[in-house]
Amino acid sequence: MEGMSDGLTWAAWLLIVPLAGALLAGVWPRAGRWIALATSVLVALLALGAAAQVWTQGPQVVSLGGWVPPLGIGLRLDGLAAFMLLVAALVGLFVGGYSLGYIPRDGHGERFWALWLWLWAALNALFLSGDVFNLYVTLELVVLASTALVALSGGAAALLAAMRYLMVGLLGSMAYLMGVALLYTQHGVLDLGLLAQRGGEGTAMMLAATLMSVGLMAKAALFPLHVWLPPAHGSAPAPASALLSALVVKGAFYILLRLWLTVFQDLAHPGVMQLLGGMGMLAVFWGGFMSLSADRLKPLVAYSTVAQVGYLFLAFPFLLAGPGGWHAAVFLVAAHATAKACLFMAAGNLQEANGGDDRLASVAEVMRARPLTSFALGIAGASLVGLPFTVGFVAKWILLQTAITSGAAFWAVGVVAGGLLTGAYVFRLLGPAFRPGPGRSGRPVPVLREGVTLALALVCVLLGFAGSAGLRLIAATPVAGPGG
Amino acid sequence: MEAQGGYMLVAILLTSLAPGVTIFFLREEQFALRTFLNMAGAVFKVVLVVALLVGVYREGYTYRFSVTLLPGIDLVLAADALSLLFASLSATLWLVTTVYAIGYLEGSPRRSRFFGFFSLCVSATVGIAFSGNLVTMLIFYEMLTLATWPLVLHRGTPESFRAGRIYLAYTLFGGSVLLAAVVWLTVLAGSRDFTADGYLSALYPEHGTALTALFVLLIAGFGVKAALLPLHSWLPRAMVAPAPVSALLHAVAVVKAGAFGIVRVVHDVYGIPLAVEMGVMRPLMWLAIATIVYGSVRALFSQDLKRRLAFSTVSQVSYIVLGVSLAGPLGAMGGLVHLVHQGVMKITLFFCAGNFAETLGIHRTGEMGGVGRRMPWTLAAFTLAGLGMIGVPPMAGFITKWYLGLGALESGQGWVIAVLVISSLLNAAYFLPPILIGWFGCPAAPWDRERFRGHRLETHWMLLLPTLMVALLALGMGLLASAPYSPLGWVSFIFGVAPGHGSEGFAGGAGP
Repeated sequence: MEGMSDGLTWAAWLLIVPLAGALLAGVWPRAGRWIALATSVLVALLALGAAAQVWTQGPQVVSLGGWVPPLGIGLRLDGLAAFMLLVAALVGLFVGGYSLGYIPRDGHGERFWALWLWLWAALNALFLSGDVFNLYVTLELVVLASTALVALSGGAAALLAAMRYLMVGLLGSMAYLMGVALLYTQHGVLDLGLLAQRGGEGTAMMLAATLMSVGLMAKAALFPLHVWLPPAHGSAPAPASALLSALVVKGAFYILLRLWLTVFQDLAHPGVMQLLGGMGMLAVFWGGFMSLSADRLKPLVAYSTVAQVGYLFLAFPFLLAGPGGWHAAVFLVAAHATAKACLFMAAGNLQEANGGDDRLASVAEVMRARPLTSFALGIAGASLVGLPFTVGFVAKWILLQTAITSGAAFWAVGVVAGGLLTGAYVFRLLGPAFRPGPGRSGRPVPVLREGVTLALALVCVLLGFAGSAGLRLIAATPVAGPGG
Repeated sequence: MEAQGGYMLVAILLTSLAPGVTIFFLREEQFALRTFLNMAGAVFKVVLVVALLVGVYREGYTYRFSVTLLPGIDLVLAADALSLLFASLSATLWLVTTVYAIGYLEGSPRRSRFFGFFSLCVSATVGIAFSGNLVTMLIFYEMLTLATWPLVLHRGTPESFRAGRIYLAYTLFGGSVLLAAVVWLTVLAGSRDFTADGYLSALYPEHGTALTALFVLLIAGFGVKAALLPLHSWLPRAMVAPAPVSALLHAVAVVKAGAFGIVRVVHDVYGIPLAVEMGVMRPLMWLAIATIVYGSVRALFSQDLKRRLAFSTVSQVSYIVLGVSLAGPLGAMGGLVHLVHQGVMKITLFFCAGNFAETLGIHRTGEMGGVGRRMPWTLAAFTLAGLGMIGVPPMAGFITKWYLGLGALESGQGWVIAVLVISSLLNAAYFLPPILIGWFGCPAAPWDRERFRGHRLETHWMLLLPTLMVALLALGMGLLASAPYSPLGWVSFIFGVAPGHGSEGFAGGAGP
């Protein structure tokens, strides 16, 4: 009982604290920023505690209220979940600090705090959910919070993007829900562990796998289901863009990976997995190409997310490379989340200094006069390309190593070529900062924001030395068999 | 011998990294503090490198520092005799170039940015020197790309942006190839420290094809920065950078990083016996010979002074590769000693080119007529270094060619001497005319600018002093070649042979 109650404690508090924070901030928007600050520090500590729990005692499956599945609701806290919780906490902490300097002190902007904490609670619930129906519920919660965040800036473009995002999100959820229904009629259970035990390959299972995968791919913005992402992430306020790009699309990817690791493991034929990986590679090149031809900063960064999500889908062909093949892609989640959040934060600084204009040509002038933000942009960009000394380099290394070990060297060629494409658009963005002539610091940007942006960039460097620890945590994930 | 304090190696990196990062955040007008940080870091680095040299040579110490990056993969810094050869070159020339750069950039905008990236470059170069395994070397090699790019762009002209794009395209491509190769090699053989005679022989002939493919990829990856033949065109274009950058980075740090990487791959990853057995040394030798001849011919037809020097670098760096590919100790000694010799001679030439351009606005070789009357000291330095490049005794370049020739004979390929002769003739053909018209000609037209006329010195002392120092160094390295801490003495120490082996007559005559 001890071990279980410990795990339960961590997992439950990780849901309760942000939810309580969201409620408090909702009813008391004036104090929102301080509630959010306290909550985010607390949640970050809880996520560390949860990870330490997995680290020392291995994965935990807990049943709320003491009812075991199929009757009760299970939470699972394993290496994969703990890793995602940590990534969310890390990004959340920095986005929170950034938002202190971004969200105006009064007016309707202060609704941001409640929405953000709500999103965080929903994401934590998503990472901890142990059954397919709860995953559906958390997906919906995430979509609602995200839509509100996209619409927060209130402009016509933002509202349109938010509507489009909501439509895609709901369609994706519907497809997923139909899959859940099929699974339930097949097996009569919803728990991931129990479903994994029963497995099966029939037509119904294949249909369920297709529906759920397509729905989640749309939410993860996998090419060609990505069209909603650039306008949504491009028009949201900077901290919201950071959260959406760094964490929300990863939530959908996380569920997809979970499903293929458990419920659909019998269906993971090489052809299917290669197809998913191939679509990922197409995304890498399409997103990269679109980033390269973007003429505004935020769309450039947003399309880069489309590209980087593509790399994550290499997890699927790597599933077949033996145990641990998919760890590389999960580690990449951390690399991309930190770099992308930092890029969006830097973009927000530059855009604000430039009077809301984010055309690359004029942003460059501001970059020259703002070394803190420009350095952050440079370091996060280097991490995105996979250059040392950044976490992106370590992630790219693991990805290449996995590709070569699995004997599928063509994925390695794709990863390297995609990296060059990333390099092309990152350096195209950085180059104009070196043009001669005086810079223009533009409108004031709180130094707190520039400082937090640079601090997150330094985290991208520090995480480069956390590769072993990260992989060890991810490895504490039971993949075959029930529950763990 | 148990590894000694690896913290020394970290400290050596920090002597340039810490000032570099600090300098970025200094205001433009904080001249004194910036200069102090630059100079203190440079001097401190030299002191630490000397301490390591003594420790390795006298006490036989080894130094090693490691951090785990990934399971089974460590970031390793290690000081052996070979790494100290490159490190002492970089540390010495960084000190000299810092003085030069402070003088050169006096009053120009964005110096904080310049010196910040300049220090990062040196950190990366010294990191490459002290890399204890391929993964670490890859990391610093890529860092060098990142840190040099802003320096190529520094002037901000459309031309420098074009050069920057091309530089980045080549080096990122080279870095990617190298990354793929190093990952593949690590999957095959694990991440192992560099060891004399390599660590791959157990995999041959079972993985023969993979090892050959890997060799090609590794040479291509390092070959980009070493400016080996089809991958060299970034180098002449990168000459748009300010003179200290061309001098230290493009004549020394960047191209040497590539050449040093090739030396490590051949000697300490594959090992000469395995490389010879695989039959990859012969193609490498042909590649080096082709680059030597091609670079010299292009230099002969370049009228722009810095461009001529750049093509000369393309040619001369391949002497190092040639020496290695001769696959014998004497050839390797010739190649390695040229790593230092070429660096010192070429930096002298670039300093001179910078002095001519800054003082008189001379950019083309044809404009050098009569410059010897106006700037005798600079032209004297240029003459010494130019003669050294040609290989005239007793300059350092002669020692190189002597050992390369001995190496060719030793490996039974005496015809390589013909290549050396042709190359020397070409060197003479493109170095002698500017030297001759400089001393004996007259200015064809008035010079574009005239600064420092009537001063006691022919140009700014911070430009002249470093130039004369490196010129004397190039002379001294030739005259005192058989001294224990001379480059030749050190290279002999690396290979465990007495300096002057096989050339008693010469070394006896040239000794101190």
